[in-house]
Amino acid sequence: MPKWGMAIDVDRCNGCNACVVACRTENNVPTAGPDQAKIGRAIEWLRVERHIEGEFPNVRVRFVPVMCVHCDEAPCVKVCPVSATYETPDGLNAQIHPRCIGTRACGQACPYTVRSFNWSEPSWEAPLEQTINPDVAVRWKGIMEKCTFCVQRIRRTNDQARTEEREIRDGEVQPACAQACPAQAIVFGDREDPESTVSKLSESPRVDRPLEELGTGPRVFYLREGDWGDSGRPGSSD
Amino acid sequence: MTAADRDRAIEESLLRPVFETGRTVWVTVGLLVAVIAFGGYQWLRQLQDGMVIAGMNQPVYWGLYITNYVFFIGISHAGTLISAILRLTHAEWRRPITRAAEAITVFALLMGSSNVLWHLGRPELIYIPLLYPQPLSPLIWDVVCISVYLLGSIAYLYLPLIPDLALLRDRSPRLRWLYRPLALGWQGTSRQRKLLERAIGVMAVAIIPIAVSVHTVVSWVFAMSLVPMWHSAIFGPYFVVGAIFSGIAALLIAMAILRKTFRLEAFFRPIHFNNLGLLMLTMACLWFYFTFAEHLTVWYGNKPDEIAVLNARLYGPFSTVFWSMITCCFIVPLGILSFKRTRTVAGTVVASCAVVVGMWLERYVIVISSASYPRSEAMWDGGLYTPSLVEVSLTAAEFAAFALLYIVFAKVFPLVSIWEVKEADERDVEAVTDILELEARRGPAEA
Repeated sequence: MPKWGMAIDVDRCNGCNACVVACRTENNVPTAGPDQAKIGRAIEWLRVERHIEGEFPNVRVRFVPVMCVHCDEAPCVKVCPVSATYETPDGLNAQIHPRCIGTRACGQACPYTVRSFNWSEPSWEAPLEQTINPDVAVRWKGIMEKCTFCVQRIRRTNDQARTEEREIRDGEVQPACAQACPAQAIVFGDREDPESTVSKLSESPRVDRPLEELGTGPRVFYLREGDWGDSGRPGSSD
Repeated sequence: MTAADRDRAIEESLLRPVFETGRTVWVTVGLLVAVIAFGGYQWLRQLQDGMVIAGMNQPVYWGLYITNYVFFIGISHAGTLISAILRLTHAEWRRPITRAAEAITVFALLMGSSNVLWHLGRPELIYIPLLYPQPLSPLIWDVVCISVYLLGSIAYLYLPLIPDLALLRDRSPRLRWLYRPLALGWQGTSRQRKLLERAIGVMAVAIIPIAVSVHTVVSWVFAMSLVPMWHSAIFGPYFVVGAIFSGIAALLIAMAILRKTFRLEAFFRPIHFNNLGLLMLTMACLWFYFTFAEHLTVWYGNKPDEIAVLNARLYGPFSTVFWSMITCCFIVPLGILSFKRTRTVAGTVVASCAVVVGMWLERYVIVISSASYPRSEAMWDGGLYTPSLVEVSLTAAEFAAFALLYIVFAKVFPLVSIWEVKEADERDVEAVTDILELEARRGPAEA
């Protein structure tokens, strides 16, 4: 059985937000509207953070797509009183929407703050409601939701491979964000398969695992040259 | 004054609040019901529209409801400490105040756990954790501990009530249908007495570890997560100390109000306020010690994610709340309770009000400031969270419901244990009741 993982090359990301749009459309993520978004009510399975490095004139902005990192040792899984969030055998952190009772303990426990709560009944501004994806359930108020690694696509590819009596090929499953990325910064694949692109990338010296020191074992890792830090471009000032 | 006269005087003054209801009480009840009704209306609005009308957001998933939850469960520690520990150490002065304390425990627990209803995104599924518990979750530990504590404290309130229920059964003009079955056929025989004493003794021993476990587990809901300034090993004892601290303050306030409203000056005497005041002073010092140790460790360790929370408390958006908390929980009680001259009834009540406010602020600081500064800097809330109308009105409704339950209880049961006060040793009578006050009270009544 594969263990899914993702590599995001931050040095390639230009912050175009195509992944965010693709994610919202694929997964029926509702819109909150500008007023609610401003006060932290937006539901985002994937966000592009802007990190400013260095000081003028040696300054740059880096764009970092952030989603659920599907931890090996997920803090959210432990704190849920009803097992509404759990780990699948193929290495996903899944959320069972009908089981969630809305304690929001998982959201509070997540060190990456990537879990969103449905503060109100979901809605889409016209004509967005016509883009609802029939493969993904629309959620309702009072429950948590988050990135699923586009589980519907994984399952569909899995079924396809099974009918054809073969293994899933590397690169055959593409989450919406990876598919939409014009810079091909997002790579998805099986971490168990040493030949997969994601496994090879995981050996790059540029690998940066988010909050690795917490022991959460994130299955999403970033590729990036070192931060510029406060002193600007390395070698420019010191 | 003979022993029989004294007993009769005690019975009279303690049964009067049960049988006679003044206008003030009715007016208060009316006001409380109005506050509760408004809270209920706001809750219906929240059920209709969703949590969007509460002030919470991402990353402050936990807000005022969790603050109140922790606060009220803290208050509930009044009963256990005063009653169980003082009973076990045979502190005679405890006799008139145990029941007032035990009642606080039960009602505060009910109020604390009711917050789960408003907090849950889907309160209609509140039974799911009972059917399909996930035992690794600290929330499940909470459910278990609080249920045990609630049952235990109801039993612990009920047992010492039995002889008084028998008295009410024989003397009350009303509610006999209630008193008779509850009195369990109590006749005061020596065998019944021995059994009762033993049962109370067992409960007093059992309830102490249960109470300690409850607030420890409440703290673990926070401490078991990796959230900066929640993930702390001293949270268990820190919360227990804070709970007992706020519990004593709540008890002192309740005693002062009962004393005035129901004219119980002969029972809630300056010595009680003095002794409880000293106990509260000790807890204030302990609380400050824990707070200091917790914040010093974080400051010295200088880990960026924790320092963000600490700075927000010391001089950031939470500084007003934080320093008010230090003032209310430490400076004010220390200033008032350290001196015999100010450790009067009025003095201890002022200190208690400060402590109750301060401890509520402490819960607020702990819950909201850590939640506002998660590790992911892009998600910082930066003190944006402000409680909304629905959260504030439900908070008010909880306090009102707590007061209402207490008043109703006082109108059905005596809030001072009659038989225990009567049973005080002759030489301890002075400590328990004011004989002169009782005699003065009896004089005009007979004339």
